[in-house]
Amino acid sequence: MATRKFRKQEETFFIYLMRLACLSIVVVMGLILYSILKKGIPALNWKILTTVPEGGFYFGGEGGILNAILGSLYLAFGATLIALVLSIPSALFLNVHLRKYTRLTNIIRLIIDVLWGIPSVVYGAFAFSVMIWVGMRTSLLAGMITVALFITPIMLRSMDESLKSVSNLLYEAALSLGSTRSEISVRIFLKQCIPGMITAILLSFGRAIGDAAAVLFTAGFTDNVPTSLTQPAATLPLSIFFQLSSPLPEVRERAYAAALALTVIILIISVSGRLISYKFTRNDTK
Amino acid sequence: MILRKISRRLKDMQTTIIMVVALCFVLSTPLLIAMGLGYKSMALFREVPILNLIFNSVWEPASGNFGFLAYIISSVLITLLAILIAGPVCLFTAIYLTQYARRAVMRFMQPVIDILAGIPSVVYGVWGILVIVPLVSERLAPYFNVQSTGYTLITGAVVLSVMIIPFILNILLEIFRTLPIELSEATLSLGATKWEVIKHVLMRKAKPGIISAFGLGISRAFGETMAVLMVAGNVAKMPHGIFDPVYPLPALIANNYGEMMSIPLYDSALMVAALFLFLSVITFNAVSRIAIYRLEKKL
Repeated sequence: MATRKFRKQEETFFIYLMRLACLSIVVVMGLILYSILKKGIPALNWKILTTVPEGGFYFGGEGGILNAILGSLYLAFGATLIALVLSIPSALFLNVHLRKYTRLTNIIRLIIDVLWGIPSVVYGAFAFSVMIWVGMRTSLLAGMITVALFITPIMLRSMDESLKSVSNLLYEAALSLGSTRSEISVRIFLKQCIPGMITAILLSFGRAIGDAAAVLFTAGFTDNVPTSLTQPAATLPLSIFFQLSSPLPEVRERAYAAALALTVIILIISVSGRLISYKFTRNDTK
Repeated sequence: MILRKISRRLKDMQTTIIMVVALCFVLSTPLLIAMGLGYKSMALFREVPILNLIFNSVWEPASGNFGFLAYIISSVLITLLAILIAGPVCLFTAIYLTQYARRAVMRFMQPVIDILAGIPSVVYGVWGILVIVPLVSERLAPYFNVQSTGYTLITGAVVLSVMIIPFILNILLEIFRTLPIELSEATLSLGATKWEVIKHVLMRKAKPGIISAFGLGISRAFGETMAVLMVAGNVAKMPHGIFDPVYPLPALIANNYGEMMSIPLYDSALMVAALFLFLSVITFNAVSRIAIYRLEKKL
């Protein structure tokens, strides 16, 4: 048997180790934000945010990243919209119509959880081969559809988590008043979970705007702002990726500015998601 | 009155059909992906037996040589190293946050984890190039008397480990929270220290969950593309040490899309890579998720 003193010392040692691990995560996050800010802030100015690159995104030193900012926003909005159309009905069906079939819903949840893990590059490769098959070229629309496929499991699962928390009493009360299941879905479950839905949408929007591997072959890249769905579109992650490898320092500056812009967009999304879920957290009757 | 009832029923049916169609579509995507990739891969499988693809490390698309071994080894090594770095950090942090830390600490850490989880992989790549690459080439490699550009196996693994930390940590936190409190109370009442409770009771109880969380982390790391593409060096040779460049499978796919159309069977070879990636990630994911569901008594 270990002595009492040794047992105490062992615990103290591990507590310090755990604090160290915890601290290291905070430090790494600080380091990441610091290095992005340090490189990004000098490169960032009004002109770079509001002009498209001149003389090619790779060799032209002039101009900015407006093409990528707008392209990314268009793409993420479109993809989120498509994902929404798929996710809301599926999530409601899972939680209202299949409420009593716990085993089945859990198996479906398992499948969606597994889907969540498929790497985006696989979605990109799959979508690209489908595009060749149907004779579609790289375009904003193709990018939107690919990214939508990629974020749907994420959106669906987080909506599902929030719908799951609606109390059974509410469901049964509505049923006893003679509502059909669809009415319960839309008028009660959806309404009850609006904050959760918004959080889910923001989360998937953040994923959509930050992903590069899925749009690499589907959305293409261009120096212009797309004006229709069939044109290729630039995105922020790809503009960072391409411009960072340029031999010209001015072009690399643009990549740093784009990285900062992307990080700021992501931070805004993540903070507002937290605020919404914090503000709307209520004490429901269980 | 009756008319209204009928119209409500009809509406109900209509909505239900839309819901079922949406759900079926979502659930069928893995099948569609597997079929699409499988169909495209057939062209290469017909020419070369699968085992020859996996156990051959010569990659010369122009002369029809498609050996995936160097890529597979690269992927496996970088993933294992990343999980080796991230695993202990996540485990210790999860135990600390659920068992020891005050609530304020948890409230501070949650946004930190959120931010780390939200940062796009390209930004991790930029950070890798700005911080980790110089660190490896100027400090770490000279310390071991090795010449290195900094774009190496260890660089990729470090960046990757940071990326999967929030992912694994969130799952671990969830698992430690679902452990019944009576379990630790019973052991505490026998005179054990809190650490002994964790070591002998909680860890044993959570073991399948911990392994699954690491499994999910592995599959996440295995498929991660952009950050790895930016810092791992991308040289298709067998690595001999941690300061050698590597070329994981996702990077191979992402890097070669532009030129693949001009060489016969090249596109099929890239689809084989994607299929391989897809199948291994799905398998890892499914096994780990099932174990977690079992643990949380959902299946």
